[in-house]
Amino acid sequence: MSAPLLEVDGLRMHFFTKAGVVKAVDDVSFRLERGKILGLVGESGSGKSMTGYSILGLVDAPGRIVAGRIALNGRDLTRLDEAAWRGLRGNRVAMIFQDPMMTLNPVLRIDTQMVEAVRAHHDVSREQALDRCREVLGRVGIASPDERLRAYPHQFSGGMRQRVAIAIALLNKPDLIIADEPTTALDVTIQGQILFEMQNLCRESGTGLIWITHDLSVVAGLADDVCVMYAGRVVESGSVDEILDRPLHPYTRGLLESVPSRNERGRPLRQIAGMTPSLLRLGEACAFRDRCSQAQPDCAAAPASSVPSAGRTLRCLHPASP
Amino acid sequence: MLAYAIRRLGQSFFVLVVMSFLVFLGVFAIGNPIELLVNPQADEAERLRATVALGLDKPILEQYAIFLGHAAKGDLGRSFVFNVPAIQLILEKLPATIELALAAMVISVGLGIPLGLIAGLKPHSLVGRSIMALSIVGFSLPTFWVGLVLIMLFSVHLGWLPSNGRGETVMLLGIPVSFLTWDGLMHLAMPALNLALFKLSLLVRLTRAGTREAVLQDYVKFARAKGLGPGRVIGVHVLKNILVPIVTVIGLELGSLIGFAIVTESIFAWPGSGKLLIDSINLLDRPVIVAYLMVIVVLFIAINFAVDVLYSMLDPRVRLGSSSAAH
Ligand SMILES: Nc1ncnc2c1ncn2[C@@H]1O[C@H](COP(=O)(O)OP(=O)(O)OP(=O)(O)O)[C@@H](O)[C@H]1O
Ligand code: SF4
Ligand SMILES: [Mg+2]
Repeated sequence: MSAPLLEVDGLRMHFFTKAGVVKAVDDVSFRLERGKILGLVGESGSGKSMTGYSILGLVDAPGRIVAGRIALNGRDLTRLDEAAWRGLRGNRVAMIFQDPMMTLNPVLRIDTQMVEAVRAHHDVSREQALDRCREVLGRVGIASPDERLRAYPHQFSGGMRQRVAIAIALLNKPDLIIADEPTTALDVTIQGQILFEMQNLCRESGTGLIWITHDLSVVAGLADDVCVMYAGRVVESGSVDEILDRPLHPYTRGLLESVPSRNERGRPLRQIAGMTPSLLRLGEACAFRDRCSQAQPDCAAAPASSVPSAGRTLRCLHPASP
Repeated sequence: MLAYAIRRLGQSFFVLVVMSFLVFLGVFAIGNPIELLVNPQADEAERLRATVALGLDKPILEQYAIFLGHAAKGDLGRSFVFNVPAIQLILEKLPATIELALAAMVISVGLGIPLGLIAGLKPHSLVGRSIMALSIVGFSLPTFWVGLVLIMLFSVHLGWLPSNGRGETVMLLGIPVSFLTWDGLMHLAMPALNLALFKLSLLVRLTRAGTREAVLQDYVKFARAKGLGPGRVIGVHVLKNILVPIVTVIGLELGSLIGFAIVTESIFAWPGSGKLLIDSINLLDRPVIVAYLMVIVVLFIAINFAVDVLYSMLDPRVRLGSSSAAH
């Protein structure tokens, strides 16, 4: 059996700031098969985006990947030089960002922004590149691509812009797409459409998809597997059904209880009390300890990653019984 | 676009009339030219004759009306001193000033934008900090002082560069220019650098600030995520975004470079229109002063118009003729 599409193993990405070392990504591991969708879930600041940037080699100083392996089709990316990364970005691995109002350059026409993405990786004429642009615009549901190509981003609605961003990600038929909360800024109808389309596109083309979100309910209908992140670590992972039906980590349970659901209408939503700890002051203890209802004295020692059942991982000393 | 141009033209005309009136009043306040023009030994009758001949006996509003009437026919009056059309005097001197100003602008832009980009991309590096420190120095030193230091250094001490005049000129489209001869270029170098220094510092800071802001934007990260090289990311994605404020400043500063190159022209004895203006003020040569300021106003208006057109080309969100662009 060949290597999985993506295998992240023990990834650590730290920021070396004046105030100290910020461990934004701290020992993160997961794997993704071709055509599968992985949901990366966690609250703001948990290190989801930084994990994504690490896979693209887009970590800026003072941040640095200090340890770990990122293997794409069996090849370790952390050893690549900048030119090799560049050959990969937008080509084998593409990324879509959260705010479509900000990701397209406001002063460049759509065709400029699309053609350059093709020509960065393929030695083709502008005409050939434009043909490819029309094709992907059609695939993401944009009518009259010729007219759209000559427009500027401000002439598009938010949903349309995100479709264009998705089209750009698809241009070079990547093996892996990292979508960093791409529907958060859109209204619910558009969000639903885009989720549905992305799912289909990936299934059809065998592209792997990492979907970053803070919203477990988005992941529920979309992903195959889920990684729940907290303070730079994966605290729990497994198949989407397992995680949603039998959450073990107190943080995952808290997340699930804060999602509105139909059969609990009228009941007040529960929130996870407390705030994300400062990544600067993380000691040896479990990072969730101050907010955890299950906490025991021995949680002062960092919980190692365990395997509660096949295909699952967990970082907790006193998991809730399923 | 056409409607916009016509409206702009109307506004410009209005500005011109208002300016001319203010200039006219101002010139009256400086003093009576008869004192300087007529031989001090002349008697009262002779003074009166000269006053009438120059039309200075009439009330100011009437003088202004006569001026407007002539100006409408393209006649901005004759120099009291040289007895030639004022506009002719100015047009003789203006090319030298425009050449100096353009040379200064080329230096400012050619050095300022790259230096500002470097300082903006690497704000904490030694190079970035040094560029900023130098730009602060360039900002705060007075032009005349820098001019004198330049002369001391390059003319007196090292003897590399001449310190006055335009040097050898050749005709380009019927206009004498210095920059096409080696001698002329040597003469142009120091005054142009002197005049450029302030604008150069300004452009460095403007470009640096814009760059620092732009590189944090998502569209830059997205451009990098597409696999574009740094040349394309910075040269196209960043630069095109920061160009709008830069073009504005270039436009405004070009006008002021032409209009107020006086200090530099005086230090380096550059035979431009700034020197003409100083001389005219000293001699109270009213028509030349008025005509000069009118020409400068027209230049400002033209440059501003060009900047607005450039805007709409650089930033697709700006539409000429919409209420926001037409103030
Ligand atoms: N330049 C930086 N210097 C120091 N720390 C940083 C820097 N950039 C990000 N961080 C830290 O890295 C941590 C992870 O950030 P990241 O953007 O990955 O969070 P996220 O999970 O994507 O959150 P969100 O949902 O808000 O996007 C944050 O706690 C942040 O404080
Ligand atoms: S290790 Fe302890 S503190 Fe951390 S989540 Fe589990 S029970 Fe809570
Ligand atoms: Mg994020």
